[in-house]
Amino acid sequence: MKISINASRLLAVCIATLLAALAPPQTRPANAPAVASEPAPIILIQNATILTVSHGNIEHGSILIKDGKIAEVGSSIKAPKDAQVIDAAGQFVMPGIIDCHSHIAIDGSVNEGSIAVSSIANIADVLNPDDIDIYRDLAGGVTVANVLHGSANPIGGQTVVIKLRWGQPASKLPFEGALPGIKFALGENPKHSNFGGRGTEARYPATRMGVEETIRGAFAEARDYKATWDVYNQRTAAGEKNLIPPRRDLRLDPLVEVMEGKRYVHAHCYREDEILMLLRVAKEFGFKVRTLQHVLEGYKVADELAAAGVGASTFSDWWAYKVEAFNAVPYNAAIMTRRGVIVSVNSDDAEEATHLNQEAAKSIKFGGLSHDEALKLVTLNPAIQLGIDKRVGSIDTGKDADLVIYNHDPLSAYAVVQQTLIDGRVYFDRQRDLAARPNLEKEKKALLEKEKKAAAAEKKPEGNAAKPGEKKPDEKPKPPSAAVSGGVL
Amino acid sequence: VKRTLLTRFLTLAVAYFFSAAIAPAQTPSTNYAITHAKIFTLTGPPIDDGILVIRDGKIAAVGTNVDIPSGAQVIDGKGLQVYPGLFDPVTQMGLSEISAVSATVDTSETGAFNPDAVAADAILPSSEHIPVTRAVGITEVLAVPASGGFDSRGSANILGGQASAIHLAGWTINDMLIKKSVAMVLDWPKIETQSFDFATFSRKNKPFAEAKQEYEKQVNELSDWLDNARHYAQAWGHGGPAEYQRDLKLEALVPVVRGELPVLVFAERARDIRNAVEFCDKQRLKMILAGGAEAYKVKELLRSKSIPVVLQPTLTEPLNEDDPYDRSLTQPAELADARVKIAFGSFDNSFARRLGQQAANAVAYGLPYDEALKAVTLYPAQIFGLADQIGTLETGKIANVIVTNGDPLEFTTDVRYLFIKGQLTPTDNKHKSLYDKYLNRPAAK
Repeated sequence: MKISINASRLLAVCIATLLAALAPPQTRPANAPAVASEPAPIILIQNATILTVSHGNIEHGSILIKDGKIAEVGSSIKAPKDAQVIDAAGQFVMPGIIDCHSHIAIDGSVNEGSIAVSSIANIADVLNPDDIDIYRDLAGGVTVANVLHGSANPIGGQTVVIKLRWGQPASKLPFEGALPGIKFALGENPKHSNFGGRGTEARYPATRMGVEETIRGAFAEARDYKATWDVYNQRTAAGEKNLIPPRRDLRLDPLVEVMEGKRYVHAHCYREDEILMLLRVAKEFGFKVRTLQHVLEGYKVADELAAAGVGASTFSDWWAYKVEAFNAVPYNAAIMTRRGVIVSVNSDDAEEATHLNQEAAKSIKFGGLSHDEALKLVTLNPAIQLGIDKRVGSIDTGKDADLVIYNHDPLSAYAVVQQTLIDGRVYFDRQRDLAARPNLEKEKKALLEKEKKAAAAEKKPEGNAAKPGEKKPDEKPKPPSAAVSGGVL
Repeated sequence: VKRTLLTRFLTLAVAYFFSAAIAPAQTPSTNYAITHAKIFTLTGPPIDDGILVIRDGKIAAVGTNVDIPSGAQVIDGKGLQVYPGLFDPVTQMGLSEISAVSATVDTSETGAFNPDAVAADAILPSSEHIPVTRAVGITEVLAVPASGGFDSRGSANILGGQASAIHLAGWTINDMLIKKSVAMVLDWPKIETQSFDFATFSRKNKPFAEAKQEYEKQVNELSDWLDNARHYAQAWGHGGPAEYQRDLKLEALVPVVRGELPVLVFAERARDIRNAVEFCDKQRLKMILAGGAEAYKVKELLRSKSIPVVLQPTLTEPLNEDDPYDRSLTQPAELADARVKIAFGSFDNSFARRLGQQAANAVAYGLPYDEALKAVTLYPAQIFGLADQIGTLETGKIANVIVTNGDPLEFTTDVRYLFIKGQLTPTDNKHKSLYDKYLNRPAAK
């Protein structure tokens, strides 16, 4: 069975997790900084073309990094002693790429799709630091990802912004101080137009009317719930004693946080009408939509988005994979930018994330954005959308040293990432990766041999019952799946 | 009742979408001379300040010392570059409009053996994908049945049908056709111990022995089909099919067993590729590999058997978790280095316009630029036996020509003029007209 890229991308999120391969022993790129707990080194990047994004380009420029931060940016900085020098002659440095729509580093399914309001579910609870896609995206220059719940529900699960600190435990992935979010979804996915296997029970809603009603209903509840808590808090603050607090509702708590501006709404949407619908509901309940995700018809209502102060995070050139994507245009980012909307280009896909610099470049051809405007689509603009632009998104003194070094202009199809730094540490180094490959191959070979032997030993002791304390045959590791190890036929 | 309403809705929806006005497919035929341009003929070094003459749909002359025929429309190509149009050899062009809406998808038949299904019989000339795709300089494609699309999920196609080579312009399929049948699609059976069941939306496991048995059964069935086709051809040769009951499926397989029509074999894993090569060798079929995620593992075999590869998109995650992160990107260079003939394909409609990006990305990871350019022009033409008609800028070939302001594989490059069958063809499309419309939307009140 073959599935086209579009269709497979559409399904990837659902299937990938379900189809976790029965794989042979895996080796992992050991490319993370040796000891990340040690203080970040002093690094001087020199002789590079620096694409600051915020204040133009610097030819033959230098960046001094101290304590994980950008200490200085300029045309000639003397290397302090003890500084590691990265000579980037002929190379380009840009801010780390920020992917405003990602599903990497999630353990298991991204969708709690059984209920229409799944705000109880939290992606932050299931971060998987061993997901190889973290490393692959890092190798594509991504340093920050907005890790989102799926789009099966009008109100979906809670979301988290991470840094791609490959090699660190899950607790070290979240972006410190970044506000958490919650996923909303409008249109075909929450109404289950293309998903929901045949034979599965239908779940409300099934129309865009029902999607609106579900969101309004949940916020009506949340408003009442908040009111009871407000009264309780006021009376407690006024000195009343022995009051019984209202019953906690884990489903409504995140919605209250949304109304209090403590949690961002990231809303998956496509069609112009549903976009305006959500903005009406938000106005009615006094909350802000932080980003519209996909928002492929955003170009039709760009003025309304600008007036509402909502960010738009879209694809570069995806279209026609479903009805609500049939009027998608690759000019979307450019039109919205021209009309004053803060726009980012995102991946929604671990592979797509490895070349977001290229996806941003397409808005130069489709809509005539400038080089800087195009770069902003994957750096400063998503930083603004996620409320982390004081920390990341441009090359400015005082910001986190999240940087990518390319061998060419990153907006060219010929550019290759050489190094990716997060917090002033080199988390990806192409030369180091290439050098490590022969050893990894050896290690894999040895592991496969070991497993083969174990499998052979398992077959041998016919009739010999396992002694107490020994592994029983059914507890032994399975031989590698023939489908993936090859060479059986 | 529900189903009827749904069908009615979809019909209306689709009718609505297709009603969007687009510019006429082509302007009337005339003769052209592109002057003062840098011409990349792909048969030798580029020609600086060259002239390319197009007459009656063909390339009439190319060089520096060329007479411009009187009456020819002269296009000043100063500062511009001329290339053969790009060729995408795996798409579902005209067969699939909106991949999630099965009413708009005609890529895969039911059943496992459909050798008589021919793409050209179901290509929609007014598909919105066609002008969108040609706007980036792709002038011809193969429409390949059973090569993707949402409705191929769960498709059991082994012989999926015949791929057709088409120009990306024309009022009817007759205008568009380069060759009706250029390859038979064979989705090589896999030993699958894991599968995804769309009916229950869940993963299914089966023991290896069982999976292997199923695989062997499928390969045996395929052998039977080919044997039957040989018998059929023999009977046919001895006095015609009248003595033999006419069978359109077997008839469609006759050119395959005679080695006249190549089989386009979709396979990913090294083992599957090896099995397919061995099978085609034994059956004396002319094999072209499609996909080939692990072709690099069998590159010597592919080279020794002269089997070309239409590569899966370079923008694809590596197959195995512990593959090098750039596995898909370095494979084209590795295969070219091993002298395996490669072509790039999008395997899609919506992403067909990423063809140049795929080739350029392979250059970034070691493929020589000239090879990349040929892998989206000349090589696919050679692989599918069309190089006498298209693929280079040579006198006598069909004038599928693009005039650009730069490298056609780079993002920022614009296609200034596009010729298909020697006719100046608009690059307007659905996206461009929506852009123009909404760019000019009056400020909202």
